[in-house]
Amino acid sequence: MSTVSKPSLAVWKFASCDGCQLTLLDCEDELLAVTDRLDIAYFLEASSATVAGPYDLSLVEGSITTPDDVERILEVRRQSRFLVTIGACATAGGIQALRNFTDVEELLRIVYATPAFLSTLGTSTAISEHVDVDFELRGCPIDRSQLLEVIGAYLAGRDPEIPSHSVCVECKQKTNVCVMVAHGTPCLGPITHAGCGALCPTFNRGCYGCFGPVESPNTDAMAGALAVTGLSAGAIDRLFHTFNAWSEPFRDMSVSVPAPTRRQP
Amino acid sequence: MTHRATGNRALSTGALARVEGEGAMRIEITDGRLVDVKLNIYEPPRFFEGFLRGRGYGEPADITARICGICPVAYQMSACTAIEDALGVTVDGQLRALRHLLYCGEWIESHTLHIHFLHAPDFLGYDSAVEMAAAHRGVVERGLEVKKIGNEILETIGGRAIHPVNVKVGGFYRVPARRELQPLRDRLERGHALALEVVDFVAGLDFPDQEMGYEFVAVAHPNEYPMLGNRVVSDRGLDIDASTFLEHVQEDHVEHSTALHARLIERGEYLVGPLARYSLHAAKLAPTAVAAANGAGLGTTCHNPFRSIVVRAVEVVHAFETALAIIDGYEQPDRPDVPIEARRGIGHGVTEAPRGLLYHRYEIDDDGLIADAVIIPPTSQNQATIEHDLFHFVERHLELEDDELRRQAEVTIRNHDPCISCATHFLDLTVVRS
Repeated sequence: MSTVSKPSLAVWKFASCDGCQLTLLDCEDELLAVTDRLDIAYFLEASSATVAGPYDLSLVEGSITTPDDVERILEVRRQSRFLVTIGACATAGGIQALRNFTDVEELLRIVYATPAFLSTLGTSTAISEHVDVDFELRGCPIDRSQLLEVIGAYLAGRDPEIPSHSVCVECKQKTNVCVMVAHGTPCLGPITHAGCGALCPTFNRGCYGCFGPVESPNTDAMAGALAVTGLSAGAIDRLFHTFNAWSEPFRDMSVSVPAPTRRQP
Repeated sequence: MTHRATGNRALSTGALARVEGEGAMRIEITDGRLVDVKLNIYEPPRFFEGFLRGRGYGEPADITARICGICPVAYQMSACTAIEDALGVTVDGQLRALRHLLYCGEWIESHTLHIHFLHAPDFLGYDSAVEMAAAHRGVVERGLEVKKIGNEILETIGGRAIHPVNVKVGGFYRVPARRELQPLRDRLERGHALALEVVDFVAGLDFPDQEMGYEFVAVAHPNEYPMLGNRVVSDRGLDIDASTFLEHVQEDHVEHSTALHARLIERGEYLVGPLARYSLHAAKLAPTAVAAANGAGLGTTCHNPFRSIVVRAVEVVHAFETALAIIDGYEQPDRPDVPIEARRGIGHGVTEAPRGLLYHRYEIDDDGLIADAVIIPPTSQNQATIEHDLFHFVERHLELEDDELRRQAEVTIRNHDPCISCATHFLDLTVVRS
């Protein structure tokens, strides 16, 4: 049972891979310190004890893909004083938002023999399309240090210090050689939100955008630069349309297909 | 409210705790007789096999990793193996060794998470590892340290612990120099010593007697305890190439689950995972793991699902010793990957995820795009067996009060470390050819 003074923490899951909530358990050096400061009131992956809300801090993983979840997120919001979305699914709809560009009935038939057993929406959408969100943490998965910064800032009553620049800045900070300039490797770094520490370029690989777009990205210029590296129009589209496909700037981004054919949620 | 024994009872757990993903359990008792048990999987479908169609052959390694944040490397390994099979490419030598090393990291991380966070609290009577830490802080801290060292392998080789970025069809984007692995080696020595202590700890837990008659199925390799391999064997005579897997396994879509149930054609339900690997391949464990298993009182096979926690701990020791041997034999390869040329083809891949055999099949077209994908994760293969275990256990413990019966039934499910995130969104019935 909770002591009076400790704020309560709840961790919620919607459609997702569990990786972002696992990031909390991956804070091996800090986990027990975190639980000294916060009461874990609801975190099914880690505990079978649950305490009724309201909750001071809610971390929400996953996107909204079923009629039940549309209702459940409203209840989670009602029960949460401060609600943080963690990861690309909760913040942008995730990889499963690829359904938004196609006919979900067709997908059901591909995967399941008896689609009538299933209840699912035609779209996968971010939490912020359903309720007010107090802070959004990017990444597929989120970065451990950024998660600790968000929790620490919450406990200290200040705003989290999460940089909003692009992956390119992180590459410069690490003095990486630019993979695009030096090797002609296609890289989404110029328009991708920082947070990973320029991981892919550090491993001689182009960024594939798992932290989603920076604010006001120049997607047309990016597409042009990718074409110069020899990437086909289809491959450029796929690069934009992967883990953050339904984020605003990427949603209508298409080099190979005219935009008006796209469905709205 | 508790009540028990005779009469009609319906017990349910709306949302199972300490499993990966969203599942529920329902037990029905009529006139004091157990009528039905169900492991409901209501994790929302995410349709991976559907939207893999039309993607480039290089993409499944990153995309299928997102099926499961707990075992992304397993998805990357099975995907790459299957696609390389389709493209007629073999990844061997030091590149294969590095994959094996990466996989060791995932086994250590995932197993140690399950042992300490999901499973041990059941044996010691706690709701969570955090609660358990109040009385057993050293046990939890040791578990966290072992888990962290597993993650350090994933970070060194893969770039990060969850959804590593360095894996590609043909090998890696970047391979480490030999000296880069030395700091890791020191950490693995420590991890190995701690892992041996963990075996002692879990061997001392109290296990109910429950010997089950499973058919065990696992990947096989001529001289390695299986992580990577291309044959599939069982303890009742199944011995097939990965390419014929779908000719032997049938999947059913049942109403109470978004995961599909797998059965061996004309043989029935089966079990994959640590118990299966151990019972089929214990002789191939690394020497310190064999000694640890002997010390923990495991025989040459293990049919008690509650003891799976001991087998996991032994496999962690094996993963540490294997990782150390790989580092000691490592020479940086000339290039980080094998050259690939896109071509039409069909390929199959089986590897051992921490929870058991993970099968991928891809059909690739002339342009190098995916025409069809089939993925069979371990938990959908185990779901029928888990329900069978549950039925067996509950039937023999009907005298328990509701709350205790519910609690122990949940433990029966957690024995198999079901990964519900993985199990959901799978399988195409029409591929079955008998």
